[in-house]
Amino acid sequence: MEWLAEFPSLDRRELSNMKKGIDGAFREFSRAYGEGLEAFFYPLLKFMVWFEKLLQATPWPIILVVVAGLSWLGSRSVKVTVGAVIAFIAIGIFGMWEDTMSTLAIISVATIICIAVGIPIGILMARSDRLQGLITPVLDVMQTIPSFVYLIPVVMLLGIGKVPGLLAVCIYAMPPIVRLTNLGIRLVDRDVLEAATAFGASPKQKLWGVQVPLALPNIFAGVNQTIMMALSMVVVASMIGVQGLGVPVLRAISNQYLALGVMNGLAIVALAIIFDRVSQTFGKRLQAHRKGHH
Amino acid sequence: MSNEDAPKVRISNLYKVFGKTPAGVMDKVRTGMSKTDLLEQTGHVLALNDISLDIPARRIQVIMGLSGSGKSTLIRHINRLIEPTAGEIWIDGENVLEMNEAQLRDLRRFKTSMVFQKFGLLPHRTVALNVAYGLEIQGVDEAEAEKRAAHWIDRVGLSGFEQHYPGQLSGGMQQRVGLARALATDAEILLMDEAFSALDPLIRTDMQSILLDLQEELHKTIIFITHDLDEALRLGENIAILRDGAVIQTGTAQDIVMKPADDYIRDFVRDINRGRVITMRSIMTPGASAASATIPAATSLEEALPLLNAIDGHAATAVDKAGNPLGSIDLSTAIDAMRVAE
Ligand SMILES: Nc1ncnc2c1ncn2[C@@H]1O[C@H](COP(=O)(O)OP(=O)(O)OP(=O)(O)O)[C@@H](O)[C@H]1O
Ligand SMILES: [Mg+2]
Repeated sequence: MEWLAEFPSLDRRELSNMKKGIDGAFREFSRAYGEGLEAFFYPLLKFMVWFEKLLQATPWPIILVVVAGLSWLGSRSVKVTVGAVIAFIAIGIFGMWEDTMSTLAIISVATIICIAVGIPIGILMARSDRLQGLITPVLDVMQTIPSFVYLIPVVMLLGIGKVPGLLAVCIYAMPPIVRLTNLGIRLVDRDVLEAATAFGASPKQKLWGVQVPLALPNIFAGVNQTIMMALSMVVVASMIGVQGLGVPVLRAISNQYLALGVMNGLAIVALAIIFDRVSQTFGKRLQAHRKGHH
Repeated sequence: MSNEDAPKVRISNLYKVFGKTPAGVMDKVRTGMSKTDLLEQTGHVLALNDISLDIPARRIQVIMGLSGSGKSTLIRHINRLIEPTAGEIWIDGENVLEMNEAQLRDLRRFKTSMVFQKFGLLPHRTVALNVAYGLEIQGVDEAEAEKRAAHWIDRVGLSGFEQHYPGQLSGGMQQRVGLARALATDAEILLMDEAFSALDPLIRTDMQSILLDLQEELHKTIIFITHDLDEALRLGENIAILRDGAVIQTGTAQDIVMKPADDYIRDFVRDINRGRVITMRSIMTPGASAASATIPAATSLEEALPLLNAIDGHAATAVDKAGNPLGSIDLSTAIDAMRVAE
């Protein structure tokens, strides 16, 4: 009855051989393709470095003006705009300006990539049930798998640095925008779509004239969530060599510096709140036509 | 047959079965299996059952039936929003089912336009841009589209609301937008699926008047779906009655009221105001008349009864618009006609 007490697993030798085999194969793969991949991502790296340098080299008053301007354009709210400016001033006073610029750089690039890749995937998904069935489980895995698990192959392939960090952030932050684009398009009122068809609209005219505009509030909620999730990856990304607010947090953990950790943590929270309020109020304004229902 | 009399839309032997393998159950349908049996035995819904209907040009054809009788399914076959299981649809002598994607889009852009029960307006566009939608799809340039849209907005009485969004309008106003959008494309065929059913009775009567007024000058081929007999009788020059996906009677309003083809239709017409619907033309005895008093043949029973009552001998001659005698009528026939035929 021994086999009942303990689960009949593969024996240790077999298991370790199997794992070694997989590791070996992947190492082979990364030796063969690692450089090619690095070359492929090189332009991206250049762009990220350039963008980070740009943010850091720009005089702080100009950054403050840009922050205020963007907040105002997005939210049209004095409260949000003033809040954003005050938060940035505080960040500067407490000596976190440079790290904040690095974090802003990677978050912006990650968000742009997620939008550029995620929205088209979401659109394709909405147009085909089969594709939806295929992609949904992939998104589930991307969102639930602990990020350290995919950090391993990413680091094996690309080493330590900005690009692998960016990839890790994107893998984690992409799902909401894909999901919400898909959902938003599928939720478009069938009667409205039928009307467009009845007037002879082509599939393209329906997509850009009806489906995407009506899905915009949802798509925007996706962008908002993507930004939030990217921000929450800042500390993890700093473990594989991404500059920014995550680095001091890591240092604080290993050296038990309470104040350093809390300050940088609060800076991340401040960024999150600013992004969230600005993009949410912008999303609400997109739905202006839904107001005033009788 | 001259071109004038050729039907604008011809539907012949049209069947529509919803389900997994519609073609597979067509044999059963053709050999006369009923809708209920088909559903029980095969899980397929027989929505349209051997429909043949010629729809004349420049008139209002009403298609009436209770909920689930297949009205929406039928009207959506005309612009092929739904593909038939069997049968043919012809518009102006062209086979709609043989059209490819591009031809079909052109049909929908230029020849047909549609008004929907739930309005189907684009919520993110203003009234002006909604009305211009069909024109935009046709490729009409912006300035011209705006001009034409403004014209139709005015015609349906919505001037001043151009920059409102549909969500800011009442149901009746939204449907005016729907009507203006359909009229703006200049399509010859107007498909209206229970266009006024979602509206309050008063607004509904208003909309019927607007439609009738416009039709007097536009002379479109209008296919109007309704489940409401009063509406059917008010609007329909020709009426087809649908039950369980089959046409069970076609004819003028008079035909339907005076000679209901079966109990189903008799039930329908029992509660209507016969005095308003029935005219002298349908109760007169055609031929020579001895009576000297005259009554126009288009007079309704309601109006004619007091006239007949006042005339000595209680009899009169029905005359057409030009005053030519058409037949004879008397009071007792008129009173009989007020009673529901049992
Ligand atoms: N997509 C569909 N799949 C399956 N059955 C359908 C579908 N569309 C319609 N039906 C069925 O076909 C029949 C006719 O439906 P249809 O919507 O044409 O009726 P209707 O006369 O327009 O009714 P209503 O007055 O409620 O609008 C009904 O039995 C309905 O259940
Ligand atoms: Mg219907």
